[in-house]
Amino acid sequence: MTDALIGQRVPKLDAPSKAAGKTIYGHDVRLPGMLHGRILYSRYAHAKIIRMDTSRAEKLRGVKCVLTPKDNPPHRFGYGKDNKPFKDIARSLRDEIAGVVATDADIAEEALSLIEVDYELLPNIFSPREALSEGALLIHPEHKSNLFQRYNYSHGDLAQGESESAVVVEEKFLLPYVSHVCMETSVVVAQFDHRDHLTLWSTTQIPFLLQRDLSEALGIPGSNVRIIQTAVGGAFGRGLDIYPYEPIAALMSRKTGQPVRVAFSREEEFLAGPARQPAEVTVRAGAKADGTLTFRDASCMLDIGAYVSWGTVTPLVMMETTASLYQVPHARFTADCVYTNNLITGAMRGYGNPQSTFFIETLMDRLAEALKMDPVNFRIMNANVPNSETPQGLVITSCGLKECLEAVAASADSARMNVYPERSRRNEGGRLVLSEVEGMTVTANIKPSPFNLQPPHIKRGIGFASTLNVGGGARIYRSDGCGATVKVDDFGHVTLVTGSTEIGQGSETALAQIVAQTLGVKIENITVLNSDTDIKPWDVGVHASRTTFIAGNAAYLAAVDARNQIFETAAQLLGVGVDQLSASAGQVTVRDEAGKSISLEQVARRRHFKEGGKVILGEGWYDPPTQLVDKDTYKGNISAAYGFGAQMAEVEVDIETGKVRVLRLACANDVGHAINPMAVEGQIEGGAQMGLGYALTEELIVKDGKVLNPDLLDYRLFTSADMPIIETRIIETDDPGGPFGAKGVGEMGGTPTAAAIANAIYDAVGVRMTQLPMTPERVLAALDEKEKRARV
Amino acid sequence: MKTLITLNINGDAREIYIDARRSLLDILRDELALMGAHRGCDSGDCGACTVIVNGQPVTSCMMLAADWNGAEILTVEGMAKDGQLHPIQRALVEKGGIQCGFCTPGFVMNIKALLDENPKPTEAEARAWLAGNLCRCTGYAKIIEAVMSVAEESA
Repeated sequence: MTDALIGQRVPKLDAPSKAAGKTIYGHDVRLPGMLHGRILYSRYAHAKIIRMDTSRAEKLRGVKCVLTPKDNPPHRFGYGKDNKPFKDIARSLRDEIAGVVATDADIAEEALSLIEVDYELLPNIFSPREALSEGALLIHPEHKSNLFQRYNYSHGDLAQGESESAVVVEEKFLLPYVSHVCMETSVVVAQFDHRDHLTLWSTTQIPFLLQRDLSEALGIPGSNVRIIQTAVGGAFGRGLDIYPYEPIAALMSRKTGQPVRVAFSREEEFLAGPARQPAEVTVRAGAKADGTLTFRDASCMLDIGAYVSWGTVTPLVMMETTASLYQVPHARFTADCVYTNNLITGAMRGYGNPQSTFFIETLMDRLAEALKMDPVNFRIMNANVPNSETPQGLVITSCGLKECLEAVAASADSARMNVYPERSRRNEGGRLVLSEVEGMTVTANIKPSPFNLQPPHIKRGIGFASTLNVGGGARIYRSDGCGATVKVDDFGHVTLVTGSTEIGQGSETALAQIVAQTLGVKIENITVLNSDTDIKPWDVGVHASRTTFIAGNAAYLAAVDARNQIFETAAQLLGVGVDQLSASAGQVTVRDEAGKSISLEQVARRRHFKEGGKVILGEGWYDPPTQLVDKDTYKGNISAAYGFGAQMAEVEVDIETGKVRVLRLACANDVGHAINPMAVEGQIEGGAQMGLGYALTEELIVKDGKVLNPDLLDYRLFTSADMPIIETRIIETDDPGGPFGAKGVGEMGGTPTAAAIANAIYDAVGVRMTQLPMTPERVLAALDEKEKRARV
Repeated sequence: MKTLITLNINGDAREIYIDARRSLLDILRDELALMGAHRGCDSGDCGACTVIVNGQPVTSCMMLAADWNGAEILTVEGMAKDGQLHPIQRALVEKGGIQCGFCTPGFVMNIKALLDENPKPTEAEARAWLAGNLCRCTGYAKIIEAVMSVAEESA
C-alpha cells in the first residue's frame, strides 16, 4: 500500500479535457456526409393514422427521404415488446409517426410541417384508475388488459402485526412526474457501413443491452451492431432503455446510405424523453408502545404511460424500502403498473426509492410523533444491523445506518440551537450532548450560537429520513456481471479495458485508482477504455449504483491476474520466489532485500521478447453472488451489499407565502469504503440537488397527456443560489465483498431528501405534506386546512 | 442570404460568410468547429453556451451572430495559455467541480466574467452570479468551492 491511492481525492481523469472544452459529446459527433433526422410526433394522444401524405415533404429541396410506419421492420421492441419505431396507432402525444432526413436539421424540421396526416380519434385514457375500470378500452389490445404488471409481495402476518400495534398511522401520497434533465439532450448518430454493420454513437448507459435491443428491433444480428458511447452529458437513468429514436436513426441511415444524426431539442427532451412515473400510494404502518415496528402495508398505482420500459421494474425497489428499510416483522407491498395514454416513463436515479423513501419515512415520523419518541432514537432502535438477513431475503453484510443517523443527529444539534432555544441540549464543556435521546452518546463540537430571532411569519424546523439502497449491484437481468482486462505495455503503461461506462459519475477514475493501487503504479500511468462494444468485454450497464462495486471487483481481478503474470516473470529474472515480491512505484521489489528490484517495463519486455514469450494481459469477470428475486414471492438477495444513509434537513417555512427554504441538509452515507472521497461527496451533493428539486420545485405538469412546462424556466431545477448548505459525512464500514471495502453510492444522495424536508416542514408548522413537490401553493393549502380544522 | 462578418475569436480574426438567421452558438459550433460552448436548451435558460463577448458574459444561443461583426469573443477554447489550463479550469478540475462536464465550459466563462468584475466575491455573490448556469451533477458545492479558491489565490 505504499502508493495509497485508495481513499485519495484524485481529480477525475477526464476533467482537464472537459474543463478545456475539448471533450467530444454526442452532440459534437460530425461524420463526413452526415445527414440530419427529425421526428414527427402524433397530434393526438390516442388516434389511428388513416392517411398520411408525404409528397410535399419529399419535394422540399434538401430532403433525402421521409420514413413512415411502412418503413418499420416487422419486430416489436422494448421491455414489454410493445413498441415500434413508427406507429400507425398513436397511443400518446410522444408517439413517433414519421421521420424526415435532410441535409440540415432546419430543412428536416420544415419538412415535418409539410406531412399531411388524417387521424381517426380514439377515446383517451389519462388516469390509471379509469384504465383499470370494467370495459375500459385496451391501449394495447394484444395485452388483453391495461394492467401491465401487478407486484404482490408480503412477509409475516399483517393481522398479527396490526394486533400488536399500540399506534397505527395511515396516509395517502401523490407523487409527480419528474424528468432527469440531463444537461445534454438525447442524441444519436447512426451509420451503416459497406458490410451492412451498424455503428451507433450513443448517450446510452447500457451499451450491451442496447446492442441486443437494437438487433431485435431492426431484425439484424447483434454481431452487426456496434455501440460507441461518446462522453455523456448526464444520464441518471435516462439511458437505461432503448427508445424509438435509436432504431429510427438506424432506419434513416440505412435508407439514405449515409450517417444520420438525430438530436433532441430541449422541448423534445421533456416531451418525448422518459419521465419518473407518477404514483398514488396508500400506506399504513404500526409500532408497539416501546417503539418496535410491527407492520407496514403499502399499495401503489403507477401510471407507466403508453409503453413500458425498465421503469416498470421500479416497484421492486419500492418494495425493498417498504419491506426492509428498518426491521419490519410484517409487511405487504402491492403495485399496479398501468398503461394509459400519457407520456412514457422510465428509470431515474433511485429507481423507485425516492418515491418509497418519501412515503415510508414520512410514516416513520408520524409513528415517532404518535409514540412521543425522539425521531432519531425511534429510527435507531429499529435500524438494520450488520450481518443480518431481512425477511425479504436481503443479506446485509456491512451496515452503518445507526452511525449515519447519529452523524446527522449530531449535525441537527447545532440546527436545534436555532430552532428550539428553549429545548437546547446540555452543554458540557463546549460539547453538546443529546440528552433527550436516552443511551445515545452523540456529541458534536459546535459553537452554541445565539438564538436567531426570526420574524413571526418565518418558522423553522428540522426533519430526518434514512435510506436503504442496493450497493453491490442489483440482479434484475440474468447476469449482473462486468468484464475487464488489464494490459501492461513495454513502457510500463497500463490500460484498463472495462465493460462499464463513464457517465460523468467518475467510475473511470475510481477504477483507475483500484488498478493503479493493485499494480503499484501512478494514476498517470493508467488509461481507461470503456466506450466501444467492439473493444470492451460485456457489462450489464450503469445502474443501481453498481459500478464501483461490480466493475471495481472486475478491474481488481484483472489487475491481480496481470500482477501474477508480472510476478511470475520477475521471480524468474530476479531468482526469487513469487511470494517474496511486491509492486510499488512502477517497480517489482523483493521484500527484505533492499535494492533488489526490476522495473515493470523491463518485466513486460523481457516477458515477450523471447521465444514462446507472452504479453502481460490480465482478465477479470465479476458477477456477484446474488439472486434474481423469485418471480412469485419477490424474495431473494438481489444485491451483494447494501448502502445506507440518513439526512437531516433544516428548513424555514414562510406561513404567509407557503415558501419553504432549506437552510441546511446534512447527509451521512455508509459507502463501505470511499475509494475517492471527493467523488463520493460529489455523488451525494449532486443527488441532493435532485432530491431538493423532487421535494420542492420539480414537476412535469401533465394535462390530458400533454406536458405543459417543457422548458427550463417552467420546470424548475435548483440553481447555485437556491442550494442550502450541504454537509456530507462519509461513514466507512468496509464491506467484505467490495473492492477495498467499497459499496455503491450513486443514487443515495437524493433518496431521503424529500422525506427529511417534509418532516422538517411538519416540525416547523405542523402540517404533513403528502404531495410532491411541496410548492408554496400546496403548503399554504395545507396550512389553511389545518387552520380550518382548528376552528371546527 | 449570406452576410460576411469578422469575429475576433480567442485572438484570431475569423472572416466568415454566415446565414443571417444563425445564432452565435450555431456559428461557433457548426462553422468554426469550436465545440466547447454547448447547446443545452437553445433558449438562454441553462448557461452551457456562455461565452464572453466584448467583455460581457452572454448566452451565445440567444444572439444573432450577424449582429456582432467585429466583436471580441472569448470562448472556453481560448482560456488555456501555453498548454496550461487557466486557474479557473484548474480549480474546477482539482476541487471536483466537474462530473459529466457538459455545463463546465459555460461555468468557466461565467466564473471568468464574475472574477473580472468582482475579484473577491462572497460566496453568496458567487452563487447569485452563477444562478443562470445549471448543473445537474454536482449540486454546485464543488463549483463554488473552486470559485472561492481562485478568488483566494489571486488575492
